[in-house]
Formats: sequence, structure tokens, C-alpha cells
Amino acid sequence: EISAPWTFHNLQELRHSASLANKVFLQRDYSDGTTCRFQTKFPSELESRIERPLFEDTVKRLNIYYAEAEKMGGQSYLEGCLACATAYLIFLCMETRYEKVLKKIGRYIQEQNEKIYAPRGLLITDPIERGMRVIEISIYEDRGSSGSCSGSSSTSGSSAR
Amino acid sequence: MSAVMIARKVRKWEKLPGKNSFCCDGRVMMARQKGVFYLTVFLIVGTCSLFFAFECPYLATHLSPAIPVFAIVLFLFVMAMLLRTSFSDPGVLPRALPEEATFIEMEIEAANGNVPAGQRPPPRIRNVQINGQIVKLKYCHTCKIFRPPRASHCSICDNCVDRFDHHCPWVGNCVGKRNYRYFYLFTLSLSLLTIYIFTFAIVHVVMRSVDSGFVKTLQDTPGTVLEVLVCFFTLWSVVGLTGFHSYLISLNQTTNEDIKGSWSGKNRLQNPYSHKNIVKNCCEVLCGPAYPSVLDRRGLTQDDLPVPASTAAQSNPVPQTTKTTAPLIPNEHTPDDAKSSIADSAISHAEKGSPSPKKEKPSTPAKVPPLASPETDVEASIIIAKEKAL
Repeated sequence: EISAPWTFHNLQELRHSASLANKVFLQRDYSDGTTCRFQTKFPSELESRIERPLFEDTVKRLNIYYAEAEKMGGQSYLEGCLACATAYLIFLCMETRYEKVLKKIGRYIQEQNEKIYAPRGLLITDPIERGMRVIEISIYEDRGSSGSCSGSSSTSGSSAR
Repeated sequence: MSAVMIARKVRKWEKLPGKNSFCCDGRVMMARQKGVFYLTVFLIVGTCSLFFAFECPYLATHLSPAIPVFAIVLFLFVMAMLLRTSFSDPGVLPRALPEEATFIEMEIEAANGNVPAGQRPPPRIRNVQINGQIVKLKYCHTCKIFRPPRASHCSICDNCVDRFDHHCPWVGNCVGKRNYRYFYLFTLSLSLLTIYIFTFAIVHVVMRSVDSGFVKTLQDTPGTVLEVLVCFFTLWSVVGLTGFHSYLISLNQTTNEDIKGSWSGKNRLQNPYSHKNIVKNCCEVLCGPAYPSVLDRRGLTQDDLPVPASTAAQSNPVPQTTKTTAPLIPNEHTPDDAKSSIADSAISHAEKGSPSPKKEKPSTPAKVPPLASPETDVEASIIIAKEKAL
């Protein structure tokens, strides 16, 4: 049951009338090696803010995109060999597959923020801006409302991990 | 009275921590000490110049014109690989921002529980299981992060580097995930070039001595002696290095792991990253995807974009490369998440240490532009500049 004492209709409203309350960081999942994957564990701070399936969906989709970018297959080998044959000069004019997927990810995150997260007072930061280490989720509070559940940063330490 | 400041676009590379040096406005990234790198370039270019000057005219006419042509191609490839290795980002991991660092600290404290006074707290280690093997992730006190597997902190460059191999003074940079294949191709092609020049220098001396005698040959082409000497000493080191790295690649290991003996087999520790197949390992290391740099060097920093107050309506044209001001135009090399950065910059910018702290965008909503405007950040800064002046 999500209680929302605020209504953010879009990112603009979020900017104008909300203040940053807290940030949650989703860590990398290294169980499969060094390929880019994020943990889908649902942080307790978001329990009252967003429905779990929606959140997990976003993270799973991001993981799929990253897996696609790092996939070792025919296309990546072809790209690698072709680039090597041109002494990698081709990268000066051509976009790599990884970069293409990263753009896709950027658009996806933007779309998710607009449609799902901003109306709930949340904002996802693209992992590339944090060195692909974490997915940073900012939690905003309506300025008018008194500190609600996941308000102050002092409570985040109590979440036992 | 509002202050009039001259705008100077400060790019992020100027504010990056660590001991790297940057050139070409952030496009080139190297270590601070470049002396040995210049020596490398000098040796390669110098020896090849001697080869083209002394050997090639004779060999082209007496043997085949393909010889100098192939030498040129090989030389250009070697230089391209060297410059690519030296100038690119090896895979530096940016340091944790304050909130992330605090978050991690609190997690560590929660995990450690109560440490009795006087006792040393346990070392900061996180255990992860990778392919059935327990791998310990260490905490980096400089970068304030738990290092990803295979990452290591380079003390010379003062950065954590992903898949850290080693710091190579000859190329003047760290060798890591992003530039390892260029480094390997550099050593491989340099080996070939050295063998090539050595061989043909000897061939040339032999052929010429048959015609004119040994001593006269050396008098005619004194450069040959120098080339042979340089190549002889280079051969041992470079060919050996290429062989060593070929071995590492076939096992999907880094120099760092090899030196530390991480997967030497004692304590039943096996390399969890190896595919147990030489071909697969080689393919992954050499033909894997080209990883992008996560270090945004050329983006503009957010804290100082002051503009003259007189041009409040029309700011200086902001170049396309700034991702904070072009939300829907993808940047050429850095991926775009402008909406987040705009929201973040607008809100957290106000609350992060600034001389005039304020939490809200001031006064008239009309002044704050819609998100799609390219002047978003600039106008926001104008407003802040005006407020500061009041």
C-alpha cells in the first residue's frame, strides 16, 4: 500500500517543489563474474514508495541491456577483428556496440524516470555516471510535508544488510 | 549590484582526483612521469628512421620493394598501438561521491556490529562468490569504494583501475581493462618489427659485404651498427614480454594476479574468470567488446558556469559536448542521462556546499526554464549568481 502525500506529475514538479531526502545505492552483482549486473534486491527504503514488481522490472531490464552490451558473440568478434585490421582507427568515426547500448540505456532510464519514478518522488541515476558501480536512486520529499517514513539519512543506517 | 564574471568552461578532467596528466582538453590521459615514454617513442622512431635511411634503399633495389613497404605498415601499426595504449583511459574507476561513501561506511558499520573499545575493527572485506569460488573484495581507502573483482589501486596514478594489469612506465600509463589489448598488440607488433629490422639489417650487411667488403659496408652505413645493437637488446625484453602476456591471456589472468599468486593453486584457489579454454580466453581478452570510459573527462563541471549578468537572456552558445545542457542530444562519446543530472544538479547543487545555501529555486516559475531548454543549467546559474550578489 503506497501512501503518497504528494503528487509529482513530472520531473519539473519534482525539481520545483521537492527536496532531496535520501539516496539508496544498488550494488553490483558479481556472482557471474565481472560482467555488469546489478542486484535486484529491493531496498527497504523504497518499500513505501514504489511497488516491488515495478522496481524489479526496471533493474532486470537494465541487467538485460548490459548483458547485451557485453555479450561475447559473433558480432563482437567481428567488430573486434575489423577494428584491429584498421589499427582501431575505425573507432574514431564509428560508434561501438557498447556505446549504442549505453545510449539505449540512457533513454530507457529517462523514460522510466518520467513515467514511473518521478511521479513517486524518486529519481534513478544512470550507473555510467557512478562508474558503473551502483544504481543510485534519489528519494525526494515534498517540501511541505513533515519528514515521512524514509525521510532522514540517519534511518538508512539501521537497515541491516 | 550583480557581479559580472567571465565564463570559462571548466571541464571535468581538470577537477579529477588522482595523479594523471591530461592533454588536448581531456582527450589524452597519461601518468605524470612521461620520460620513459618519450624514450620509447625515440627508440622506435629513431631505429626505424635509420632503417629507412640506410637499409631500405639498398634492399628495395637489390631484393624487393615490398620490404620497405611492409616495414612502413608495421611501423605505423606499432605507433598506433603505442599511442592508443598510452593515451587512453585504462579503465579508471571514479571515486565514490560523498553520499555513496557514507552509505558504504554505514553498511560496513552495520556489518561489523559493536567493536569493543581498544580493539582494532576487522578489515573491510566483502566476500562474493564468483563461479563457485569465494573472492574477497577489498575496500579502497583512497577511493572509498569496495574494489570490483580484478580491480586494483595504482599508487603511481592514484586511481583504482578495473582489471588492473600493471603500470607500464614504457607507455607512460596503467594497463587495465580498456587498453590491455592495445598493449598486447603493441608488444606483439613491436616484437615483429624488431625481428624484421634485425633480420634485414643483417641481410643487408651480408649482401653488401659480399660486394664491397665488411669494413667498407660498415663505413657506408654506420646506422646499421646502431640498429643491430638496439634491436638485439630490445628483442630479449619485448619478445619475452609478448610471450609472457600470451601465456597470461591464454589463462585469462592479469600480471597483478600472477605476481600475487592469486590463482596459483594453493588453498585450492582456481581462477574463476577463466573459461578453461585457451581459444575462449583469448577471444574474450582480445576480441571482447570495447568498454567505454566511465570517467567523464570532457563533460562540463556543474559548479561554475557563471555568465555575465548582462546577457541573462542569451547565454554563450554551449557546445554539444556538454551533457548537462543538451538533454535530448546524445553526446558523442559519453552516454546521456541529462534529465537525472539536470534534476540532480538543480537540486543537489543548491544543497551541496555553497556559500549561500538554499534549498529552493527562487521566485517566479517563469524564470526557471523547461527541461528541454539548452540553457537550463546556465540560467539556473544566473539566478544563483544574482542571488549571491544580493
